[in-house]
Order: sequence, then C-alpha cells, then structure tokens
Amino acid sequence: MSVVARTRRLSPWRYRASRRVGEGAGMLLGIVLIVWSLAPIYNMVVIALSAHDDIFAGTIWPASPTLESFYVVVTEGFWYLERFWHQFGNSFFVGLMTMFLTLLIGSLASFTVGRMRLRNGWLLTNAALMTYVIPASFLAIPFYRIMQIYGLTNHLWAVIAAITTFATPYAIFIFSQYGKSIPMELDESARIDGANPLQIYLYVYLPLMAPALVAVGTYALLLAWNEYLYNFLMLSTPDSMTVAVALAQFLNSDESPWNYMMATAIVYALPPMIIYYMVRRNMVAGLTMGGVKG
Amino acid sequence: MSSAQQVLPLQTPTPAGRARRPRWHFRLQGSDTAWAIAFVVPYVAVFVAFVAYPVVFGLWMGSRSTLYTLLFSDPRYIDTLVNTLLFVCIGVNVKMFLAFLVSGFFMQRRWWVRALLVVFLLPWALPALSVFLSIHYMLVSQWGLLDTLWTAVTGADGPLFLVSRGMAMAANILAYIWKWLPFWTLIFLSARMAIPQEIYEAAAIDGATGIQQTIHVTFPLMANVYLVATLLSTLWTLGDFPTVHFVSSGAPARTTDVLATYGFHQAFNFGHPDLGAAAMMSALPLVIPVVILLIRRLHRTGVQL
Repeated sequence: MSVVARTRRLSPWRYRASRRVGEGAGMLLGIVLIVWSLAPIYNMVVIALSAHDDIFAGTIWPASPTLESFYVVVTEGFWYLERFWHQFGNSFFVGLMTMFLTLLIGSLASFTVGRMRLRNGWLLTNAALMTYVIPASFLAIPFYRIMQIYGLTNHLWAVIAAITTFATPYAIFIFSQYGKSIPMELDESARIDGANPLQIYLYVYLPLMAPALVAVGTYALLLAWNEYLYNFLMLSTPDSMTVAVALAQFLNSDESPWNYMMATAIVYALPPMIIYYMVRRNMVAGLTMGGVKG
Repeated sequence: MSSAQQVLPLQTPTPAGRARRPRWHFRLQGSDTAWAIAFVVPYVAVFVAFVAYPVVFGLWMGSRSTLYTLLFSDPRYIDTLVNTLLFVCIGVNVKMFLAFLVSGFFMQRRWWVRALLVVFLLPWALPALSVFLSIHYMLVSQWGLLDTLWTAVTGADGPLFLVSRGMAMAANILAYIWKWLPFWTLIFLSARMAIPQEIYEAAAIDGATGIQQTIHVTFPLMANVYLVATLLSTLWTLGDFPTVHFVSSGAPARTTDVLATYGFHQAFNFGHPDLGAAAMMSALPLVIPVVILLIRRLHRTGVQL
C-alpha cells in the first residue's frame, strides 16, 4: 500500500486538524521572527523618544515620549552634532562619488574583458575575485600607512578610494555575468557601421546594461554609507567626518547622551533603509532568475 | 569586508563550465588594442595603488619573525584566536542553517508571510553601526530593555552581560546572526525558488513527506549554493570588525576581541602597527585554503552571489 493511498484515506476532520496545527506553528514562528527582528530596533526608537532623565527609568515605553532628541539632531544642538548636516553632506558626497567611480571603472574593465576579448583578461577577473573574497579589514593597517604616503589622510578622497577599491570587484562580476545576456552581434554590427570601441561602449553596451548599473550603483552607494572602519581611520576632524564617524564619537562621551545618540543613529539609518526598500523589487526579480546551478 | 554582504544579488543564468575561459585565439588589432588598454588602465591603477601595494606593505610590516614570538607570548592574543574561531565557526554555521530553515518558511505564498518578509529584512537594511550601538546599549546598561524585561519576568536584577566573557561572546555571536540572517535567507530563498516545482510534485506522488522532501530533494539541490555561501561568509566573518567593536567592545577587559579588533587596537590604540599587521597576517593560514577552495568552486560551478 502506498503512502499516497494512506494519506488520501485520512479522514477530513483529521486532515483539517493537522492543517490547523501546521498553520498555528507557522504563525508562532512568524511571531518569534517579528520579535527577534524588531527588538533592537524597538530599543533604539524607545531611547530616542525618551527625555534625558527617562533613559534610566527602566520602562518598556517612555512615560512621556518626546521628539526632543530628534529636534536636537536636526538643529545641531549638541556639541558632537555641531556639524551634523555638513557631515551628512560628506556622507552623500562619498557615497555618490564611490558609486560613480565604481560604475565607471567596473563597466570599462568588464567591457574590455567580456566584449573586446582582451588577451589574458581572465587575470584581471581573478584579481578582482581575490579582492572580493578577502576581508577588507585585514588591509586597514597598511592602507592607513599608504594613505599617509599618498598624502590623503583626513581627506574624503581617501575613503572614496578605499571603498571604490572594495566595491569594484563586485561590479566587475555582476557586469560580466549580466553582459553575457547581451548578444555579441550588436557589437559586431555596430563595428561594421564604423563605430569605434568607445562608441560601442557608450551607445550599445551602457544602455543595455542599465538594470545591472542600477543594482551595482545602489550597492556601492550603500556600502560607502554604511562603512565604518575606513571612515574612522581616514577622517578625524569634525569638518571632514562622515555621519558614521560622528555617530560613533558618542561612545567616548561621559555624559551618556544615549537619546541623542540613538536619534542620530535613526536619522543616519533612514537613507539606506529607504533605498533598500525602493530597489527591493529589482532585487527580488534578480533573485528569482537563478541560484541552483551546477 | 563584512559590509560586502550588503550585495544586491543579481543573478543571470550562466552555462556552467563555459564561464571565463581565456580566449587565446582572439587577437586585438591596431587601434583596438590602444582602446582596450585605455579601458583597463583605471582598474589596473586602482588595483596596483590600493590593493597590491597595501598587501605587499602589510606583508612587509608583518614579516619579522620576532613579531610572532611576541604575539604568541601575549595571552590576549591566544584568547583572540579562540574567540575568532568560536565567532566564525558558531556564527557562520548557525546562521547558515537558520537561514536555510527560515527560507523554507518564507516560501509560503500567504499574504502575511510576505508582509513578514518586509519586516524580517529590516536588520539587513539598517547600517551595522546603528543597530550594534543599540544592542550594545541593551547589554551594557541596567536600565536597558533586556534588563527591564528580565526583571519583569523573574523579579530579580538582570545579569551583567558584559562582565562575563562567555556571555559577551554569546552576545557578539547573536548580534552577528541577527544582522546577517536576512541576507543569507534571501540568497537561499532565491535558490529554493529556482528548484522546479515538478520535482516536488514527483516526490509527493512517490509518497515523500514534507521532511523527506527537504532532506532528499531541497538539500541536495541546494548543497552547492550552501557550500559556496558558507565559504564566502567564513571569509567575511573572519574579518568582521563592527560586530565585536561595537557590541562587546572587547569587554570584559579585552577578552572578547577577535583578530580584526585585536589588530586594530594594537595598531591604533597601543601604537604597535607592526604587531597589528602581524596579527592580521596570522589569519592567512586559514584564509588561503578557504579562498582557493572557494575560487575553484566558483569557477567549476558558476554559482554567483
């Protein structure tokens, strides 16, 4: 007797009961996941909404929630936050520059390797792969020294250089994978029409790569925004700092202005959060295209 | 770089085996060569100036053998090695296994499961710095959320997490899992979605139960992705800096450092950059085999993350 025959003979009542148990277990797991995911975020919001004296009250929800800490952050009303909007701008500048350079350098390199069939191009791909898998923090100490040699310390360009270096390998990967879906015949016919490689790159390759450019651009922007270690090492004055460094400064304080710190942390987290959820659709579309291979 | 885990996975199917073969038979001609060189120069320049040079510099800094005798005579370094192993082995494996299970949960097509996925992705969408500071506060204070809840449930004062080495290490690992579970769940979710539904239907007709399907259908088909993900995550986690730096900050008394934070403190707080570089170098015996294994695996199977 096969199992199927047995399950088919399950009485309707028992079938429904076992389905309900399954659904109940699913719901329970769902609740556990929600609590697990939201606890630290809830903690952050509660502290940010507390008045300074309330932080130490030890309650689940502040007695008198106030937006005062956010007001202080927005108006730069605390001495660690004196240059907050300037630093916010620095973060954006680093992010946008990193994005632009990563896209430019990455797309040029993968165009040459993938479309122009550069001899020994695989050397370049392997170099990129090595950079991608090796943890960046292991390079932090020599990197710091080298930036002193290049004379870039305390300069936003030092951070831009560092993060572009670590974002480009991923860009090269994605571009060379995505590029395989674009037919070579397009390049060939453009060439017959007399286009030089630069024109093919600008008018054939780049427009067709648009989805990959968006995905990688977002990646580079967020990587730069979220990065801490290199920001901290390279930037040390209030005017050159990015928000990440300014935020971590709070840890040095003896006054324990935890509510200001958490409010800053939330404001700092808003741009990447918005971007993540904006591009999630593209991301999920990309995700569904494959994953089980070989 | 742990933040490299914030990649947006964008995958295109590639025929396995054909990927990235050197094309010896093609030769560029005349002006094309000039263009090709002009196009790769930016990347080569970046690679030489910001990857090759620092790597060589780092190797040179950590090349004196006396540094290693110095390192191994430091009891904190031995602690650090143990912590790093614990952090990587437990953190990566527990995270991957949970991600595998949770991705199965998110395969359901109900509306509330989909809504839940949006919430579940939050830890990944937020900057590590923000959330680890929040977790640090939860642990460090006697007024934090954890302590309040503890008192509400047990009536007693909560434990001081960052006073015990074991607890602080556990907090680091949990915070790490919390932050990176969503990303790997998404990767596994996409892998699960790529498995054709017919295979499950065939298995069901043959009488396989849900658990049997997971063990005999899902897992074998995902084994490759699982392995590549684990290797990649091992490398990134070995160099993970923000988790330990912010969650336990090495407390109590710098006994919960991992290699990345130990090297950082030696170099920038104690003024021994050479010793810091040597500490990072000492991870190489572990890094190199994993890199070789991973790269061969990637070339052979064309799995893309």
